[in-house]
Amino acid sequence: MFDSTSPSYGPWRGPGSSFVDFLRHVAPDNLPSAGLSGPATGAGTISIVHGTTVLAIRYDGGVVMAGDRRATAGYSIASRRVEKVFAADDYSGVAIAGAAGPAVELVKLFQVQLEHYEKIEGEILSLEGKANQLGQLVRANLPAAMQGFVVVPLFAGYDERRARGRVFSYDATGGKYEEADFQTNGSGGVHARNWIKAIWHETMTRDEVIDLSLRALFAAADEDTATGGPDIVRGIFPTIAVISASGFEPVAEEVVAGRAQALIGGREEGAGL
Amino acid sequence: MSMPFYVPPEQLMKDRADYARKNIARGRDLIACSAREGIVIVTENQFRTLYKISEIYDRIAFGGVGKYNEFEMLRVGGVRQADLKGYQFSREDVNARALANLYGQTLGQVFTHEMKPYEVEILLAEVGVTPAEDKLYHITYDGTVMDEEGCTVLGGRAESISEALETRFEQGMDANDAIRLCVELLAAPNSTLGPHQLEVAMLDRARARRAFRRIDEAELTEILGTSESSATTSS
Repeated sequence: MFDSTSPSYGPWRGPGSSFVDFLRHVAPDNLPSAGLSGPATGAGTISIVHGTTVLAIRYDGGVVMAGDRRATAGYSIASRRVEKVFAADDYSGVAIAGAAGPAVELVKLFQVQLEHYEKIEGEILSLEGKANQLGQLVRANLPAAMQGFVVVPLFAGYDERRARGRVFSYDATGGKYEEADFQTNGSGGVHARNWIKAIWHETMTRDEVIDLSLRALFAAADEDTATGGPDIVRGIFPTIAVISASGFEPVAEEVVAGRAQALIGGREEGAGL
Repeated sequence: MSMPFYVPPEQLMKDRADYARKNIARGRDLIACSAREGIVIVTENQFRTLYKISEIYDRIAFGGVGKYNEFEMLRVGGVRQADLKGYQFSREDVNARALANLYGQTLGQVFTHEMKPYEVEILLAEVGVTPAEDKLYHITYDGTVMDEEGCTVLGGRAESISEALETRFEQGMDANDAIRLCVELLAAPNSTLGPHQLEVAMLDRARARRAFRRIDEAELTEILGTSESSATTSS
């Protein structure tokens, strides 16, 4: 029954347009952080799957988000073709690093939350509103983070009201930080960030930024064991998506493969990688 | 302590039904038709932002006639239930039938147990891969759920519009033709409805995930305009 909308619930005290609040009310066990808090058992005693390097870079017409495809569990490779970049809605994306299980659940909840708001209110949340919502979800995961299941996403999107791309990063407490131009995350993030920092400039085009993200991920894979490089043998390449005024568009796998191969060719000729 | 007067249940139910019917009939009707490109939903609406037709889920749309605050509450409840089910199980597992039954139970419960019934009729439409797989559920103020084929009409004039619709509706007709037919039938005798008086939406079969889209005034003007020009050329 629609008990959440019945008169006893009241229009002022209900969950409003928030799916998370509704879920917390009717099925709290389905929240991503449910069951992951409790007495400290010592982080890392169970081997869980981790996602590694992701990045978001702003360009003139929007943002490029990218992630490598490797997931690790301890010193093993858990997956070679995991996806870490997701569309949050038509105009924003979220990239995850950290404990893969809770992170994927968190993204799923975030996607439902945005669509739910849109359907109930009849309009799309502002980009700032979306970024704040994600911060609240990350904060709700804090007890789990204390157990070692840290989820720290990167959020990026096209702000239609300001007509520009924007990048946000988070810490485990849900703190939200807007980045000027780019940010990386995950174990190989620091290597990727250094690469981007050296090359990025304000007038880069969409294609140049796609190439830069590939190079940065390559650099991360070069230095970090947990980050996967382009896998020519199996044909596995990073996930890349562009978010612009025309919405969230994943870059086709063939296109990424072609560019990655050109990049590797360039490296053989000593192009500075 | 005073004894309440005895009212026979037949009388009680009849009074409530008459009350609901009378108030629903004061509002405007709504038509949903299963066309080749998807399900079209058309209603007369004098407001620009208070919608009677909305999206519930990927392939499911909602339509309400009668008292706005009552069907709006039911719409929000439907979105919540659909999103909850899709989150707990999978997006594919959300269907209109389960929701229609939920609406039926809610309206039936209110009809028999509350002071007054909800003065609403509800449409739940689910678009399929082909028109034959489309589903149209029509739920009335007393909780009756009907599974209609091809098209359905909600509101006070439902019977007379349905009669006219039955003779002119064709299975798998063009979406624009279906919209024009609906608009024509919704208009009172000897009058026409302009795009600014209408609310039109569609569950587009061709869309990948979220099938629901509104047909705005500009697009509607174009759709309705072509009928006039073709009418003049053919005459």
